[in-house]
Amino acid sequence: MSTVQTDSVENAIELKEVEGLSQGRIVLRRFLRHRGAMASIIVLAAIVLLVTTSIGWGPVPGWWQHGFRDLSPVANAGGAPTMGFGDGGFSFGAHPFGQDNIGRDVFAMVMRGTQQSLTVMVVIGFFATLIGVVLGALSGYFRGRSDNIIMRFTDMVITIPVIMIGAILGILVGGASAWSLAIALSLVTWTTMARLVRAQFLALRELEFVDAARVAGASSFRIMFKHILPNAIGVIIVNATLLMASAILLETALSFLGFGIRQPEVSLGTLINEYQAAFSTRPWLFWWPGVFIVTIALCVNFIGDGLRDAFDPRQRRIPTARALAKADAKKAAKALKANA
Amino acid sequence: MATTVLTEIEDAPAAPDETVPTRRSRAARSAPMLTFLARRILSSLFVLLGATFIVFMLFSYSVDPLEDLRFSTAPNVQQLIAERVAALNLDVPPVVRYFQWLGNVVTGDLGTSWRTGQSVSSILGAAIPNTVTLVSGALVLAIGLGVLVGIVAALRQYTRFDYAVTFLSFVLFSLPSFWVAVLLKLWGAIGFNDFLRDPTIAWYWIVGLSVLSGGLWSAIIGGVRRTRWVSFAAATVATGAILAFVSETDWIVQPSLGYVGIAVLGAGVAFAVVALTAGLSNRRALYASLTAAAVGVALKLPLQFLFVNASWVMMLGLAVAAVACGCLIGWLFGGDDRRVSMRAAAVTALGTGLFLFVDRVMQVWYAYNRASQINFRPISTIGSQTPGLRGDFWITTLDQFTHILLPTITLVLISFAGYTRYTRASMLEVMNQDYIRTARSKGLSERVVTVRHAFRNALIPLATIVPLDVAAMFGGAIITERIFAWSGMGSVFITALQNMDADVIMGHFLVVGSLLVVASILVDFIYAALDPRIRVNA
Repeated sequence: MSTVQTDSVENAIELKEVEGLSQGRIVLRRFLRHRGAMASIIVLAAIVLLVTTSIGWGPVPGWWQHGFRDLSPVANAGGAPTMGFGDGGFSFGAHPFGQDNIGRDVFAMVMRGTQQSLTVMVVIGFFATLIGVVLGALSGYFRGRSDNIIMRFTDMVITIPVIMIGAILGILVGGASAWSLAIALSLVTWTTMARLVRAQFLALRELEFVDAARVAGASSFRIMFKHILPNAIGVIIVNATLLMASAILLETALSFLGFGIRQPEVSLGTLINEYQAAFSTRPWLFWWPGVFIVTIALCVNFIGDGLRDAFDPRQRRIPTARALAKADAKKAAKALKANA
Repeated sequence: MATTVLTEIEDAPAAPDETVPTRRSRAARSAPMLTFLARRILSSLFVLLGATFIVFMLFSYSVDPLEDLRFSTAPNVQQLIAERVAALNLDVPPVVRYFQWLGNVVTGDLGTSWRTGQSVSSILGAAIPNTVTLVSGALVLAIGLGVLVGIVAALRQYTRFDYAVTFLSFVLFSLPSFWVAVLLKLWGAIGFNDFLRDPTIAWYWIVGLSVLSGGLWSAIIGGVRRTRWVSFAAATVATGAILAFVSETDWIVQPSLGYVGIAVLGAGVAFAVVALTAGLSNRRALYASLTAAAVGVALKLPLQFLFVNASWVMMLGLAVAAVACGCLIGWLFGGDDRRVSMRAAAVTALGTGLFLFVDRVMQVWYAYNRASQINFRPISTIGSQTPGLRGDFWITTLDQFTHILLPTITLVLISFAGYTRYTRASMLEVMNQDYIRTARSKGLSERVVTVRHAFRNALIPLATIVPLDVAAMFGGAIITERIFAWSGMGSVFITALQNMDADVIMGHFLVVGSLLVVASILVDFIYAALDPRIRVNA
């Protein structure tokens, strides 16, 4: 009994704070309060801005003076980074991240590699989510034979370790472009998403609003994607984020092994592979690509964590006294307005 | 769960004959289990067939085994191409080749590598032991550490320690293994080997590490402010003293635990084991364990004579002897609950024995370093043993250790975070269950509640992922093996892919895939066996 009471009291406190807000608003509020996720969004946005504007994207030129394939005379001895504290305070210099042994600018190469890796990450995130959601939805909604077929097919794909099949697919398409590699990899990374979406659909299809929609004459397609899908969106968004974090690690690993993005194109993985032998003499060649991979993956993981917390209805935080007072004041003001 | 063969039927009405567990009803209950097993195996076979088909087709369309000949300038290039086409059956479509391969596999022939001429079974047979040595140690360490840290983080939820662990596990999740491995080569191997030339630790390192260790221990032990400060001070001083000792003496060059070290460590194990399994108030168990540790210390000298002709078989025998000896000591101490004392003493004896082993390995450290192949650069970055190094059991053991160290650290770093998160989540889930409150309200001590009621149940979800990880382990750590030049299953796969060796690729996948399939069947059964709420539904 006592738990029921404390539960309802806790609920009352929490409800008071979010009174009058829609579900989406509540989720957004929770997400905005997750400090790690917010910091990650800022860092990630800064990285995206940096890599897109610095060396330009496609035909659009950037503000950085070196291209990623340009050779320029070696500025410092051995191509050491020019970034640092000189006579006039901190300065970037001509090659802030240094140069490699033949004078290519590391900053430009890292920017290009990050562009490629980010492209792969986002494309995999999109297509794998799409495939997973469609297959999971069909499987969970129709059950029976189609479920059996789709799930056995999922089992087949799961049985093959991702890095193995990724390497084979990488040989098939990797040399072409980041896009084709990403699409090929999304053909094998959708499995977790399909399973999760299926579980959601299995549970949600038994609820009354589905019956109501069916009675109202909605088609299966409409029930699936208009009625059930919005209710499963939390799981999908969270998992898509985590999928993207593992996608960037998968792409860089494959490129490192030589089965992903290949010369003359640059990815963060190929940079590390190319320069791993130089780590004791020219550590900057090796440091920067790794730092960018870790930062991007970390940010995406934190955003995923923030989203999970925001979407999780069990996530309960007793609001501070200040927040409660604020909610009270807001309510009073509203009441005053209504009376006036 | 994706396979809906397992369903929870908590609220389903029990069948009348199941309420009384007679022999007949038990037999009746095992029948659906058998049907379930048969169906599961059949569908798994089908899944495995489909997966091999996918791999074969993708591989056949990905690679071109004639690539090198197409640009060849040899005069007889046409003949070479014709020979290779005939040898690899390239004139028939891949689908037909798949069924030819399948037919051979069914008769027990995995084929041969067309590049090296070795049979696939011999290639895999050589690679599997290497991979198992590498990955099993890392797996055990990662699971052990992950579970430990996860439990502590759950028990200290929303403390600074918990946040630190959460942050650390996110960082580890985001680390690319190839980058970590290369960094470890730089710091772990080259850095340590350079350090060995002049093994003194700078004072700021000593101070920094001591304060770090103090903070860590006080966060783990927790409690009121006074306890925190005491544990902080104790851990800081202890770490500082050890580091200063190591730095000032030649301990790193000629390390040993000695009688004092083994005694202190053995007593530590005794206290830890008793505190966890019996509670320190159980004096009999405590004294039994301390006696076991003391016997271990006393046996240090006599064992040196036995260790001269050591082998792994002997080590195994000694481990069994240690456990038996511990049991005997526990039994001799007697009391109401002999089994508790026996168990604690046996674990302590095993732990002390491990320290005796470590001490003996440490004794050859200097001799090992002096060998011409090593030349005081012990930590190795490639391979699994030093070529041409001769020595007794202890030297080769040490040599294996210095080779396996860095790849193991890489693998542990990569996989440890997952187990931490998993254990923490499931421990928190369990700690909020009603039966934990019941246990507390019965007046059980926090130790019993945590260890006996919560911990065991928190491990159930873990038991369902570990078999899959073990199965995946046989696939080899592709990236780690490549960077550390370890000739295991991962290297076999990469080499075969570069050589366009279809039979080897398929053999490799057959091993990994079938183990994964078996593991996933096993997981279903483990789950049903461990959690009585789950019944198989055939």
